[in-house]
Amino acid sequence: MIGVRSKRRPFLYPGEEVRPSREPKLKLHGTTKHAIETGRMRLIATAGLFGAAFLMISLRLVDLMVLNDETPAVYSRSHGAARSPMARADIVDRNGIIIATNLPTVNLYADTHEVPDAKEAATKLAATLTDLKHDELVRRLTSGQRFMYLRRNLTPEDQMTVNRLGIPGVYFEDSESRAYLHSSLFAQVIGNTDPDNHGLGGIEKSFDKQLAQGNTPLMLSLDVRVQSAVHETLAASIVRYRAVAGAAVVMDVHSGEVLAMVSLPDFDPKAMNAASQDERFNRSTLGLFEMGSAFKLFTAAMALETGSADLNSTYDTAEPIKIGRFTIHDDHPLNRRLTVPEILVHSSNIGAAKMALDAGTETQKSYLKKFGLLSQLELEVPERGTPQFPSSWRDVNTITISYGHGISVTPVHMAAAVSALVNGGTLYTPTLVRNATGEAPVGQQVISKKTSDSMRAMMRMIATVDGGTGRQADAAAKGYDIGGKTGSAEKVGARGGYSKSSNRTVFVSAFPISAPRYVVFVLLDEPHGTKETYNFATAGWNAAPTAGNIVNKIGPMLGVFPVGHDDNFAPLNTLMQAYSNGGGSDDYAKPVLVKAPTVAAPKTTAEPVTAEKPAVDPYGESDADAEEAPGGIGDLIGTLRTGGTGAAQ
Amino acid sequence: MTVHTLTRMDTSTVGRWWWTVDKWILASTVLLIGIGILLNLSAGPPAAGRIHADTFHFVRKQMAFLPLAVLVAFLISLMAPVSVRRFAVIGFCAAAFLTFLTVAFGSDINGAKRWLSIGPIMQGQPSEFLKPFFAVVSAWMFSEHRMRENFPGNMIAGGLLLVVLAMLLSQPDIGMSTVVSAVWAAQFFMAGLPIFWVALIVVAGVSAIVGAYFVFPHVTSRVDRFLDPTVGDSYQVTQAMRAFQQGGLFGRGPGEGRVKEALPDAHTDFIFAVAGEEFGVFLCLLIVALFAFIVIRALTRAMREENLFVLLAVGGLSVQFGLQAMVNMASSLHMMPTKGMTLPFISYGGSSLVALGVVMGMIMALTRRRRDPEGRAL
Repeated sequence: MIGVRSKRRPFLYPGEEVRPSREPKLKLHGTTKHAIETGRMRLIATAGLFGAAFLMISLRLVDLMVLNDETPAVYSRSHGAARSPMARADIVDRNGIIIATNLPTVNLYADTHEVPDAKEAATKLAATLTDLKHDELVRRLTSGQRFMYLRRNLTPEDQMTVNRLGIPGVYFEDSESRAYLHSSLFAQVIGNTDPDNHGLGGIEKSFDKQLAQGNTPLMLSLDVRVQSAVHETLAASIVRYRAVAGAAVVMDVHSGEVLAMVSLPDFDPKAMNAASQDERFNRSTLGLFEMGSAFKLFTAAMALETGSADLNSTYDTAEPIKIGRFTIHDDHPLNRRLTVPEILVHSSNIGAAKMALDAGTETQKSYLKKFGLLSQLELEVPERGTPQFPSSWRDVNTITISYGHGISVTPVHMAAAVSALVNGGTLYTPTLVRNATGEAPVGQQVISKKTSDSMRAMMRMIATVDGGTGRQADAAAKGYDIGGKTGSAEKVGARGGYSKSSNRTVFVSAFPISAPRYVVFVLLDEPHGTKETYNFATAGWNAAPTAGNIVNKIGPMLGVFPVGHDDNFAPLNTLMQAYSNGGGSDDYAKPVLVKAPTVAAPKTTAEPVTAEKPAVDPYGESDADAEEAPGGIGDLIGTLRTGGTGAAQ
Repeated sequence: MTVHTLTRMDTSTVGRWWWTVDKWILASTVLLIGIGILLNLSAGPPAAGRIHADTFHFVRKQMAFLPLAVLVAFLISLMAPVSVRRFAVIGFCAAAFLTFLTVAFGSDINGAKRWLSIGPIMQGQPSEFLKPFFAVVSAWMFSEHRMRENFPGNMIAGGLLLVVLAMLLSQPDIGMSTVVSAVWAAQFFMAGLPIFWVALIVVAGVSAIVGAYFVFPHVTSRVDRFLDPTVGDSYQVTQAMRAFQQGGLFGRGPGEGRVKEALPDAHTDFIFAVAGEEFGVFLCLLIVALFAFIVIRALTRAMREENLFVLLAVGGLSVQFGLQAMVNMASSLHMMPTKGMTLPFISYGGSSLVALGVVMGMIMALTRRRRDPEGRAL
């Protein structure tokens, strides 16, 4: 009864005590009933209002959580499920192995209008993300921008820590970052992307539009396994011969597809900014080198093709050639007449020069042109070299160019041209993209099959006969029959003119030489002699064994068998048959093994050597192959060897 | 409603309580408390991390207050209506006194003096308790006004409202003031206020809200941000919206929510968003349904009452309970400006939890059956 009594309150029933609560029902029944009825009506109204309110909340919940497809503009702070503008298609190798892909990542940005205390925010952020500078953060946070990146590519851990700081106005943006799964393995050829995922070099740049728009992976002709083997071998050789740099290319001779392309030194695409100019330089496609004696192959092919010489023609190499103020010597003069094969085997400059002079300057020019050695490299990268050669091509140039001096081309130029020399005479445009159409690539017939066969035979001799400069390649290949040609060129010194002390060595080879499938090109820059090489530093001592090592490693990967392997080893045959019938479920291994039949029947005008191979016998690559016997390389080499060695003795 | 656990023959206090109390309200409340524990486990640890307390700091505190709240609710629900009234009157005086102390000596937290520290560890927000007690006291005054001629109950209720509002606005606590005023107005309405006056009070209420918009800068800012999210910091509600959208039908899963890490108030004002993100729309709808059920059930129970005081008291307490839930959920869903109001039994908050124990205790006490089916008093 607190606060109820009042002196001024009138008493309606005098003498009666005011204790209505004792018996309210009897005294105020009508009033009570009326009040209660009103109260009930009003309660119903209140309950109704609440019901309506809770119903609205429920509807809002369903609308927001279930029916809402699209995030309203004001709420959307990050990119939704829609394709991010940063998305980019994968780059995969010829077997579908990922080379470059996109990974989801998170960028940190600020709406500086919403940051209440820039200094405090900067202090907190700098303490968490230690690579950010406090002053720089303050500058950014006070810039007044509504969108200001603070840091890209946060790790999930960083993201959580920053999130927990609870700084208003600091947001995360879902993004994507390019990842190169093989680190430096494909450095220059793939290139990389800028933070906004635009291609900066290599494949990333040349296919920028396609990669940015499409979802379909870009399948390259490169093979991760071959690339890795080549990379490893070349790097080991650079160390062994204390070279400053190197390059290597593996090309499919029947399509021009590049399976491996290495240029050392290289860089990790993630840290491209830190890479030096030298590391970014793709020697394989942009580097122009004098190929030295390796060019004698083209000289010989031209002579044989034009008929200015045949395999038995001889040239006198006893006297050095004097032309103007130059004198052309041989490094290891035999001082007698040499046959064409002997000129190649012993790498006679005088012989090559005489062959070229016989054929004539214009012929030489037109043949080099045919081999694509005088025009800019055609390849799907932006870094493509244009050969350097004299603008006025005089006799002295004809002479030096015949043995690879005074003209410089890229390693891929060489690989493509030598592919034509050994594949039956068809020049294919080099490519880094795998031919997915199944149609045979179209090439250009540059020499006859007969000339091509002769070239293969002579390349094999270089790698096998006594005194052949390529013998170490054959030794290193350990059973894979390889043929090739060395080349050593003195580097142009700082004062112009050739430097005696530093040189570049190359070895260009094909294997298996009885039915070539791949060309392997190796270049070493400034290799040094070692104890094992008796201090020699010419190509035969370093580039040649490097190529041999590469062949030995990649041969098994590419389904090429070493000489003398047992074709009749039943379990292996069954296994291989299963694979070639498409029974193999291992997609990784499959393309390699079915490769042989594909290669076996390119529809080119010249019949490549492998075309004679039965499709069901994709692994019969040995010298002993019956198909090779009539007029095959074995016979040819036999003939040449008797003649050659006879003359040498 | 036959219950055999404790038979009707059981005439002990507890036995009688058990078969007269409204078990639907009881069950719904227990379920809400269960959901509250679940969500507190989810939203508590990140909040604890932000203040560098140990992971289960808030969970532990809440779990310590919970038994106290349950005990308070149970003890109060044992009371007869007249005891509830006396208890409320005493409680009101005590809470008013303590609230006055907060204004005079309270500690300033986030720009408002709402908290009273008793000793080094005990902290309380007396205005949480003022709210339900005031509702019961005004119910009494309104009913006395109707029941007793010439008794100035309405005047007294009005005067008390002014005193309470004076204290709350000087804290300042606009949210609490609004709720108290709204509850008072609802009770006045239920007590049979003529429609003309109802309209007038609605106009006055709207004017008060508009006035608050111009007088109190932080109200201005909140309303501005609600009306145009691009103005200033709408961070919390933006994050809450995303959380609901992320949740969708089935939620991201328990503990998988992200909003609780981004929102400073995820364990209190925005716990509904945590529920939405982690457990999806079904749990949210269940929560809404439970609140709606408790409120409407209590109101319909009150309708059967013959006693105007009980009717008004239950009406007022239910409106207060329902309004608090509604405002919290509507703010989280961006249906109204954000208002620092906790979601009953679900948000973290010791004082709030015990005060809710008082509210539910009184509602249950007043909604107990006092007559058997034959109409005999029990």
